[in-house]
Amino acid sequence: MGLFKKYSSKERHIELTRNILIAIILFLVAVVTLFPIYYMVISSFGTPTEAGGASYSLIPKEFTLDSYKFFFHYSVNSFRWILNSFIVATVVTLSNVIFASLAGYAFAKLRFPGCKVIFFLLLVAMMVPYQVTQVPLYILVVNVLKIQDTYPALIAPTLVTCYNVFLAKQFFSSLPTSIIESAKMEGCSQPMIVWKIVIPLSKTILSVMAIMTFLGEWNTFFWPFLVCNSEAMQTIQVGLKNFSFANTTYFAPMMAGATISALPMFILFFSLQKYFLEGVTVGAVKG
Amino acid sequence: MKKMKKDTMWAYLFILVPLCTFTIFTLYPVVSAAITSFQKYRPLGSEWIGFTNYINTFKNSLFYKSLKNTLVYTVMTVPVGMLLSFTISIMILPFKKRIQSVFKAAFYLPAIASGVALSFVWKWIYDPLPSGLLNSVFHIFGISNQNWLGSGKTAMISLVIMAVFAGLGGNIIIYIAALLGIDPSYYEAADMDGATFIQKIRFVVWPLVKPTTIFLTITSVINGFQSFQNAYLMTGGGPDNETTMAGLLIFNRAFKYFEYGEACAQALILAGIIAIFAILQFKLSANDVEY
Repeated sequence: MGLFKKYSSKERHIELTRNILIAIILFLVAVVTLFPIYYMVISSFGTPTEAGGASYSLIPKEFTLDSYKFFFHYSVNSFRWILNSFIVATVVTLSNVIFASLAGYAFAKLRFPGCKVIFFLLLVAMMVPYQVTQVPLYILVVNVLKIQDTYPALIAPTLVTCYNVFLAKQFFSSLPTSIIESAKMEGCSQPMIVWKIVIPLSKTILSVMAIMTFLGEWNTFFWPFLVCNSEAMQTIQVGLKNFSFANTTYFAPMMAGATISALPMFILFFSLQKYFLEGVTVGAVKG
Repeated sequence: MKKMKKDTMWAYLFILVPLCTFTIFTLYPVVSAAITSFQKYRPLGSEWIGFTNYINTFKNSLFYKSLKNTLVYTVMTVPVGMLLSFTISIMILPFKKRIQSVFKAAFYLPAIASGVALSFVWKWIYDPLPSGLLNSVFHIFGISNQNWLGSGKTAMISLVIMAVFAGLGGNIIIYIAALLGIDPSYYEAADMDGATFIQKIRFVVWPLVKPTTIFLTITSVINGFQSFQNAYLMTGGGPDNETTMAGLLIFNRAFKYFEYGEACAQALILAGIIAIFAILQFKLSANDVEY
């Protein structure tokens, strides 16, 4: 029994017809939502000529990688942008997993003076809109520390996010305290408990955290856009924006650039789909 | 006793990095924003000007227009997005796990592509020329050429459509997780009472996924109020500021006109509005759900 009516074996065909109808509707909706991505990929194989009003089609008429070449030839730094994005996203992901695990464990399983107050502060911090912090952060990084156009400027503000600490704490709280207690009895030190017990028991949640952090960092535009002026230090998203604003009429190369910026995430998604889909629900549906 | 002390020391060590990032990159900026909002910012020695930034903001007609635009954008995006994703989630439910995940993946894919990349694609979809994609489609139905992003009538709705599409996938996945969490015995009881499909949705499913609906509504509203990127990349706030929303207004104040103080004042006002909305929604929805 469920939400949808179950038919008896004699009326099986009614159920089948119903499901096929639903599937057709869902398929049509999916076609519409996936269309922008399809259009982006298909168009990227067109020739790098100025489109200015020329008709662009839904079915590829030609297949050439010239637009990709055009994109990479536009700036000597094109490859550098992709590299920068990889460096920043990787470092941010690693630091988030490490520091959020440690802090999450401390908040979940260790009692220390001020733990409630500090955790509450981190919760409040999650709700501060970025508009409030953007100007002071910009002044701090550019005028005070004078570290614009450096990796530290790109990485430091998201070194470990309050959201990830919260996530780790929520999950670690559900781990049985008795295991940790007995490890302590055996003379296991706190860092060893995290390394040998907590992390192996939390592989799934930490993978989800890593993937979502990497995705968010790869796609982020605002902060790198603010603090990176020199072309060599831009991330792929910022570089892509500058490329498109300089070549507004070159349709196919723009789509090639967009595809390049999205492709690594698509590959990651299709290889680690399970974690992605889990990552969205983590923290949203109370378990 | 000595052991306890050692654990406390480790605990502080473990939270050291998050605490430092929080202090430097959230706490300090918030305090600094509050101070800057009362100043005329200069790199060397800002000038204290009292409430002038706030007064200027409240005198500025563009500020009200941007708030109105933000509200319109949010009110159009959130309910449509929620209703669509709820309906689609229900429709995915009767299928086997494998087919479910194919659909989930299909709807989630646009959420993975970078916003910058998608904004370019949409810009071309909205191409104002008759050969533009959306215009060609509309032409089949005999609707005349539209200047989608360039005209005040359609610019906002164009941004809304784009946002609904991009946000669908995440909501659907969360809804499905909530729907799968409903105990089948509820449906059995409803069947016993001879409930129709619509009645089951209305009296069983909807109340049971209410916490999820509330969570999604609040997060979507907060995101809607903070939206910046699409307007910045697609329309630049135009035409005639019809798509200038609070996020873009503040960005322009700060990084186009370099009025840091006024930008901070506006940001704090926005934060206040968001906080009031979040609390209100929470209170309102808490009142009519009975657990």
